[in-house]
Amino acid sequence: MQRLFDTALVLFGVVTLVFFLSAVIPGDPVDVMLGEHASSADREALRSAMGLDRPLHIRWADYLSGLLRGDLGTSLVRSRPVADLIAERLPATLSMALAAFVVILLIALPMGLLAAHFKGGPVDRAAAVFALLGQSIPNFWLGPLLVLLFSIRLGWLPVSGNESPAAILLPAITLGTSLAAVSMRMLRASLLEVLSQDYVRTARAKGVSRLKAILWHALPNALLPVVTLLGLQLGALLSGAVITEVVFAWPGIGSLLIDAIRQRDYPLIQGVVLVIAVAYVLINLLTDLLVRRLDPRIAAAEGDRP
Amino acid sequence: MRLSLLILLLWLIAALAGVVLPLRPDEIDLEQLFAPPTGGDAWLGRDELGRSLGARLLDGAGISLLVASVTVLISAALGTLIGALAGYLGGWWDRVISRLIEVFLAFPGLLLAIALAAFLGPGIDNVIMALSVMGWVGYARLARNQVLSLRQREHVLAAVALGRRTPDVIRLHLLPLMLAPLLVEASYGIASAVIAEAGLSFLGLGVQPPQASWGAMIREGVRYLLVAPHLVLVPGAALSLVVLAANLFGDGLRDRLDVTSRNRR
Repeated sequence: MQRLFDTALVLFGVVTLVFFLSAVIPGDPVDVMLGEHASSADREALRSAMGLDRPLHIRWADYLSGLLRGDLGTSLVRSRPVADLIAERLPATLSMALAAFVVILLIALPMGLLAAHFKGGPVDRAAAVFALLGQSIPNFWLGPLLVLLFSIRLGWLPVSGNESPAAILLPAITLGTSLAAVSMRMLRASLLEVLSQDYVRTARAKGVSRLKAILWHALPNALLPVVTLLGLQLGALLSGAVITEVVFAWPGIGSLLIDAIRQRDYPLIQGVVLVIAVAYVLINLLTDLLVRRLDPRIAAAEGDRP
Repeated sequence: MRLSLLILLLWLIAALAGVVLPLRPDEIDLEQLFAPPTGGDAWLGRDELGRSLGARLLDGAGISLLVASVTVLISAALGTLIGALAGYLGGWWDRVISRLIEVFLAFPGLLLAIALAAFLGPGIDNVIMALSVMGWVGYARLARNQVLSLRQREHVLAAVALGRRTPDVIRLHLLPLMLAPLLVEASYGIASAVIAEAGLSFLGLGVQPPQASWGAMIREGVRYLLVAPHLVLVPGAALSLVVLAANLFGDGLRDRLDVTSRNRR
């Protein structure tokens, strides 16, 4: 209950912050819409028609009440509701984020297990190098590198766009790799910690092999912190998608955001930023609730029953 | 640790060289478009306008060093101050500042910086401002947690009992003990600021042409990936090396200073 209240408060703060972004614009949206040569009478007319001549706190209250009705405002350039524009682009972003999430799982789970099993060996060291590289190579360089290798040198995959089903592979790998590196390290550390606990030692003493001990006894408990991290990453995928979508000309909300920025379409920018941030907060809330279900110790420690 | 220091030192030298040497990173030579990295007269080849990639790389090193160091200085100073005050004063101050920290943490990754840069408009000073608004939160959270655990120490209680003013207590008795974890956070902060600056410039929100930035160089080079891959490979390799070095440096510093409570986003 406390958690839900906290989330509501954070959401309120996020909305407020996104609204006040518009207060830092040098000049105002009217200059964008009318161009530099408009007469000052026209400017004033449009300004009052859009309600920009009213005080900031009134406009803020308006923005809030609009949001409660699902109204994100109207695009300055496209003259269509921002909510519709985002809804059109959302499926492309979600499918890419989901594919990247699968990439994270496919890389992080086996590599984390192997690194923990062969701790200190060459496999572990290779995994550590991969993790370091994954965290240091930015998306907007990894993307072109993969295109260079798989699309241009080898000719296996399309360069950009999303016409064929295979086109999702490179964006997903680009987006997933750096996050997979973090999860892999987390899983390895968490496994090693659990492996040193008494119940695992008991299982080993009873003759369970090390591999079996890892898979059956250690993994379920070691996964808990990883689940929390994966939740955080699912949110990070949505924002990381902005750069990756630009690299691959992927028609999701990330490229919508960059188009909006180029056209100085402020309501649309606010809308996309708000949708991503709110999704991030909600995903974190859901992850928290999930971990609470998976781990009864948390609820017991706080003294309330789920 | 040694290798990473060497790379960071090279970065510094490259940045200084970009300022000191009589380079002309904007000089156009249409005779030599896309000259390859080896064999031509220009070091590391030439780009789509025949500009020297080597000169632009050095120029970009200066930009990334400037943006990263100023950003880290501003966000570390601001974040530490805010976080330390919250932890020290407690009560309502702490509650309000903690909520504020949560709201800023609710924006994933670069999103807040992208949004701010979009509204402020492009330019180096706006990039620094956007990245500092994104960056202060990490230091604030770290400083708050540190102060909360340190302020019950006896030397702090003694200083308070002796009537030291709050700013003096924080500066003389708390800050020296917080320095180690803050330094570690700052070296990771350099890595993320370098990536973020390049990311904003890649999106066209950062440094504006003809000024060279590694991110902007990758952005322009991607269009010619088929004919001249070195336009993307050269700045990307420099960028990744610096980020790698800063991350390794942070790891080394952490192990050396033995900071047990790691606080990394």
